[in-house]
Amino acid sequence: MALPLLRVRDPLSPSARTFATALAFLLPLALWALVSYVPFIWHPQVLVTDAGDSQISGTYDFIAANERVDLQSFALRNGELARAGAKLASGERVNPIYLPAPHEVARAFYTAFTTAPERRGDYWLHESLWHSCQIIFWGFLYAALVGLPLGVLCGTFPLLSQLFEPFVDFVRYMPAPVFGALAVAIFGLADAPKITIIFIGTFFQMVLVVANTTRQVEPALLHAAQTLGANTRQLLTRVVIPSALPGLYRDTRILIGWAWTYLVVAELIGEKSGISAFIYQQQRYRHFDNVYASIVIIGAVGLLFDQLLGFAGNFLFPWQSAPSPIARRLRELPKRVRAAVSGAPHAGANVEVSK
Amino acid sequence: MSTALQLPSYKAQSADVAARFAEIKQRPVVLDIDQLGKNFDSAKGRISALQDVEFRVHRKEFVSVIGPSGCGKSTLIKILAGLETPSSGEVRLDGERVEGPCKDRGMVFQGYTLFPWLCVRDNVTFGPRMAGLSKAQAKEKADAWLDVIGLHRFADHYPDQLSGGMKQRVAIARALANEPRILLMDEPFGALDAQTRAGMQSHLIKVWDSVDLTILFITHDLDEAVYLSDRIVVLAAHPGRVHEVIEVPVPRPRDRTQFLSPAFLATKNRLEELIYGNSEDTTEMEARHAGP
Repeated sequence: MALPLLRVRDPLSPSARTFATALAFLLPLALWALVSYVPFIWHPQVLVTDAGDSQISGTYDFIAANERVDLQSFALRNGELARAGAKLASGERVNPIYLPAPHEVARAFYTAFTTAPERRGDYWLHESLWHSCQIIFWGFLYAALVGLPLGVLCGTFPLLSQLFEPFVDFVRYMPAPVFGALAVAIFGLADAPKITIIFIGTFFQMVLVVANTTRQVEPALLHAAQTLGANTRQLLTRVVIPSALPGLYRDTRILIGWAWTYLVVAELIGEKSGISAFIYQQQRYRHFDNVYASIVIIGAVGLLFDQLLGFAGNFLFPWQSAPSPIARRLRELPKRVRAAVSGAPHAGANVEVSK
Repeated sequence: MSTALQLPSYKAQSADVAARFAEIKQRPVVLDIDQLGKNFDSAKGRISALQDVEFRVHRKEFVSVIGPSGCGKSTLIKILAGLETPSSGEVRLDGERVEGPCKDRGMVFQGYTLFPWLCVRDNVTFGPRMAGLSKAQAKEKADAWLDVIGLHRFADHYPDQLSGGMKQRVAIARALANEPRILLMDEPFGALDAQTRAGMQSHLIKVWDSVDLTILFITHDLDEAVYLSDRIVVLAAHPGRVHEVIEVPVPRPRDRTQFLSPAFLATKNRLEELIYGNSEDTTEMEARHAGP
C-alpha cells in the first residue's frame, strides 16, 4: 500500500516544496525548543538559587548558589540538609550550559556582535568573521588559479592525466591538517600557513574533480569539431572549456564548501585567528549562546555565498534551459531599459503577454 | 523472397537513367576507398570489422552505404572522417591520402552534436572561424547557409530550443559552411520520427540539387537509401565487406510518389534479399537452435 505522500520520483508541487523546505528547518528548531522549554523531557541539572544552610557540612556541601549541579547531587545534598533539620536548598531544573535555549541563541546573534572582547587584543566577532572570509578567499583563489587549469588539462590530455593524477590522488589521502606544523615552520605564525592549509585541502581535490568533469565532455562534440577543422588548441579553448564550464562552475561551488571545512583547522594552527578563535575564546568564557550563534553564522555565510553563486550561474550559462523566473526577468532588463529610454512601446512586455 | 508482383530486374535501367550513370562515371573520383581493412583486438581475440572494402564516389554523386548491424558501417564512416585509422588499405580524397580529420570531409552525426553553448548562427560559423575567417565574413557565410536550410529566423536560438529535425538541418548547414569536398552523413535522420524524417529526406535532396555537393550517406532504412541515392553500397557482416553496389534505376528528379514505382520496388526488393534474405545472423541463430 502506497502512502499518498510518498510517490516515487513524482515531482512536488511548488507549494509542497516550499512547505517541505520550511519544515526542514522548523522541525529541528521545534525539537530544540521542546528540549529547552519543556522541563520533564531532559533538564538533567539544577540551577541552584538558594544553597540552603551552608553551615551543614557533608559530602555534597560544595553546592552553591548560581551554580549548575546534576539532579542526583542536588537530591543527595537536600537529603543531608533534611537529616540535619536545616534549611533545604532550592533551585530550578535546567539544561546543561552547553545547550542554551533558542531565544538565548537568537539574542546572541545580536549581542555576539556587540559584546566587546574580554581581553585586549582579542577581536570582535565581525573582525573575526571578516578575517575568516579573507583566509578562505585567498586559499581558494590560489587553489583555483592552479587547480582549475591543471584539472582541465588533465581531463583533456590523457598523458597529463597519467603524469599528474596518480600523485595528486596519493597526496589527497593525506589529511590537510597534518601539514599544519610544516606550514607554520615554513610560513611563520601569521596568515600564510592558514592559507596554505586551505590550499592543500582544496587544491588536490579540485584537480581530480575538475579533471573528471572535463572528461565528461561529449566525445561526439569533439569529433564534430574535428571534422569542422578545429586543431588541438581550438578543441581545448573552443569546445572542451565552454562545454565543461557549467560543470566546473558547479564543482567550484562544492569545493568552496570544502574550503570552509578546512577553515577551522587552518585557523587553530599557529596563532589562532578568525571565527574559530572567536568560538574557542567564547567557549572558554562559557558563552555558549555566542558559540552557537557563531556556528550558525558560518553556515549562513556559506549558504548565502553558495546561493549567490547559484543565482549568478543563471546568467553565466544562458544556453542552459529553464532559468529561474527572476533570472529571466533580470536578463530581459537591458532590453526593457533600452525600450523605455527610446520611448518605444515595451518590447519585453509584448513578449510576455504573447507567451 | 517471393512476391506476387511481377517486378522488373533492379538492373533494368531506362535510357535516361543509363545515360545519367554513364555521365556520372565520367566525372572525377572524389573519394577512393582502396582495400580498406579494420581489425579490433578484443578479449575474445581479433575481430575483423572491415575487410577489403573498395568503392569510389564520383563528384556530385549521392552514394548510400547500407547493411545489417555489425557490418561496420559506422567504423567505415569514422575511418572516412579520419576519426579512426584503418588497419590496412587507404582512403584517398581527390587522389590524396586521407590522414586524420579535416574540414574537407564534413560530417553529420546520428546524435545531436550541435554545440549547446553557441546559438544557431555561431554553430554554423564554427568551421569558418576555425579556418581563420573574420567574424563578419563567417557571419555572412552562415547567414547564406541558414537561408538554404530555411532556419534564418532561428539564427539566435540555442540548440536546446530547436526540434530534432531543425537541429539536424543546422548540423548540415554547419558542415556545409566549410565547403567540404564530400559530406559524410552517419544515419543523420535515425533519431527522428517518421514524418520529420520524410521531410528531412526531401529537404536534403533539394539542398544537394542546388549546390555542388558529393554525399556519402550511411543508413539502415531501405526506403531512405533508394529514395536518396544514385548508388547503394550494400555491406555484408562478419567481416564487413562489400556485398554488391547497386545503381538505383529510379529516375531523377525524385519525389515520394515513386516509392511504389516498379523500379523503386525492384531495388528495395533486391536490398531486402541482400540484407535479410541470407543474413549470417539468421543462419547463425538457426544453427544455434538446431544444436543439441
